[in-house]
Amino acid sequence: MTESNPLSLQVPEPISRPGDQPDFSYVNVPPAGSTRRPEVDCAPDSIKDLAFDLISVLDGKGEAVGPWAMDLNDEFLLKGLRVMEKTRVFDERMLMAQRQGKTSIYVQCRGEEAIACAQRMALEKGDMCFPTYRQQGLLIAQDFPIVDMICQIYSNAKDKLGGRSLPFFYSERDYGFFSISGNLGTQFMQAVGWAMASAIKGDTRIASAWIGDGSTAENDFHAALVFASVYKPPVVLNVVNNQWAISSFQGMAGGQAANFACRGHGYNIPSLRVDGNDFLAVYAASNWAIERARRNLGPTLIEWVTYRAAAHSTSDDPSKYRPRDEFKAWPLGDPIERLKTHLINKGIWDEKRHTAMTDELRNEVRAAAKEAETHGTLGKGPVPGVDKMFDHVYKEMPAHLQRQRKQAGL
Amino acid sequence: MARMNMIQAIRDALDVKMAEDDNVVVFGEDVGYFGGVFRATQGLQEKYGKSRVFDTPISELGIIGAAVGMGAYGLRPVPEIQFADYMLPAYDQIASEAARLRYRSSGEFNSPITVRAPCGGGIFGGQTHSQSPEALFTHVAGLKTVIPSNPYDAKGLLIAAIEDDDPVIFLEPKRLYKGPFNGYHDRPGTPWSDHDASEVPEGHYTVPLAKAAITRTGEDVTVLAYGTMVHVAATAVEESGIDAEIIDLRTLLPLDEETIEASVKKTGRCVIVHEATRTSGFGGELMAVVLEHCFHYLESPIKRVTGWDTPYPHAQEWDYFPGPGRIARALRRVMEP
Repeated sequence: MTESNPLSLQVPEPISRPGDQPDFSYVNVPPAGSTRRPEVDCAPDSIKDLAFDLISVLDGKGEAVGPWAMDLNDEFLLKGLRVMEKTRVFDERMLMAQRQGKTSIYVQCRGEEAIACAQRMALEKGDMCFPTYRQQGLLIAQDFPIVDMICQIYSNAKDKLGGRSLPFFYSERDYGFFSISGNLGTQFMQAVGWAMASAIKGDTRIASAWIGDGSTAENDFHAALVFASVYKPPVVLNVVNNQWAISSFQGMAGGQAANFACRGHGYNIPSLRVDGNDFLAVYAASNWAIERARRNLGPTLIEWVTYRAAAHSTSDDPSKYRPRDEFKAWPLGDPIERLKTHLINKGIWDEKRHTAMTDELRNEVRAAAKEAETHGTLGKGPVPGVDKMFDHVYKEMPAHLQRQRKQAGL
Repeated sequence: MARMNMIQAIRDALDVKMAEDDNVVVFGEDVGYFGGVFRATQGLQEKYGKSRVFDTPISELGIIGAAVGMGAYGLRPVPEIQFADYMLPAYDQIASEAARLRYRSSGEFNSPITVRAPCGGGIFGGQTHSQSPEALFTHVAGLKTVIPSNPYDAKGLLIAAIEDDDPVIFLEPKRLYKGPFNGYHDRPGTPWSDHDASEVPEGHYTVPLAKAAITRTGEDVTVLAYGTMVHVAATAVEESGIDAEIIDLRTLLPLDEETIEASVKKTGRCVIVHEATRTSGFGGELMAVVLEHCFHYLESPIKRVTGWDTPYPHAQEWDYFPGPGRIARALRRVMEP
């Protein structure tokens, strides 16, 4: 007879909390360059090991090594470094602007810049990304006018979205950037639908879906994988595992029980686990997945292993739930530093030029912020008209909204 | 002109739009090869191919999420949710996403989606195949909600919904698919072919959204109803001998307040009928609209006849259903001096 002991609920805990030594021993980091690069038309079940491996190109010395190292020209690499740095400088400025009361909330992508920047550089014009909160690099990598981003963040008179959306909830169709939602995970399934539409129409454009480790717990993630597995639409399914969803560590989304890449296996979707802080690895793996999509070979799931170096948002204080200096112990380092070291090794860059570039970018972002400010900041100066509140609920305003608009004094 | 039942009229509307517009795609659980559990999409896959008419996984959230993505791409998706009861798993994609995409993106993206779903009871569907969830959608800014009550309207409204650039929830009273329903389940039913509204023109025509229809003119009391209850109310009016004006709302949001106002100002009395549960039901909204516009014209308190505030029971279906007897009692009450 089986013994019946009292049951107990198991609630996962991260290894380190405030005051503890940071401990990333759970992150499997094989040597850079040691992971094989299969053909894009390989059978998904022939590469199951890649979901547990880690694709890296840049080694500890900043050399590009292994089968995923691509032959990229200097101009391209320097652009990669520049857009990552610009993204960071932009974030720093917007963080300060929030502290100065120019907007209500801001979300940085510090430490994760390589992922959005490099993937965008692998995509083509016309491809559509369905981003979540930390993909501002998708716009910045395309030289999107940052003054327009700031006007949106400031909800000012020139905010294209009329002040109705939260800061950084951009919508830029012409730049392949789908309107951001605050209901987490919804965009993942929508990206699959967009890709299905592209396939239905015999188009050549592909979709790129974005979700965080925490939000993979949403039903949309599972639905997206089922639909992607069934219809094999041209979509790259990106899971950005930055270890933290506000205060919930990735284990709260099941990341301790099984990593995020291997979830693709249950659907027979080729799945890669990639060093997200390695610009060259991000570009190479994105390229592989994009080629698969473009050749009608179907979806690819990629877990980007990275670390959320900043707070979740300006409303968050990570020192309350994780060791203060955890990022310093992060085994995959900083994406900008790593690419910079590589370019210095190649002899096409140096610290002096990097400092000059950073200064130039700071000036550019400062000037853009000043220009945006002339159109107002949240609640101050020129602001979007109250009438904007009633626009775009429907294509044409129905009678009941016209009445309410009058009642609101408009 | 062909005589059609409601299923045939709905299928015809889909056929017309699919033939006219390559961007119209139809998908949902069992809708492809099989043609849908109620046969509304029968033959469409054969005619338009598997990439425009296809089965989906059993994931309502996935179905609507895919539709939102397809709409953003530029298609005009017409997903089917097998029973309106199953719209709840898709509610986030409907209420937070499809409904708000235009607002969120200042019109850069929109959701020209028509979500078809059979609703209502009367077929012994129990708690999970009988509900009328219209109020869950009329409470959401950015959605339009339509419920036809006959084949002619079903086709014209569905074509109008598909052509509309905003998301439309298109609820089909399943009890009306095969014939109008007088409210007496224990009496022989009549087929649609005996009914004028089963004359359905060929090809393209629309019945405008946001416009109610007066299905019976009268002087003494206004009955506000939609879907199945339009026919049940007609039985009650006939049996009570009261000269009621019956308004078939057809579109619940945007609501045709003008037609309601004009009628209640004329009759001075109002009975509101729906099959859904009472509390916070759409009848409450209708009552508020009537009071706001017609308070000084009212000669008696407004009465609501609705489903009880219980889940939809199986064996007790006909005790739950607001039948002609209950409606007739309400009509007599509002006529009391």
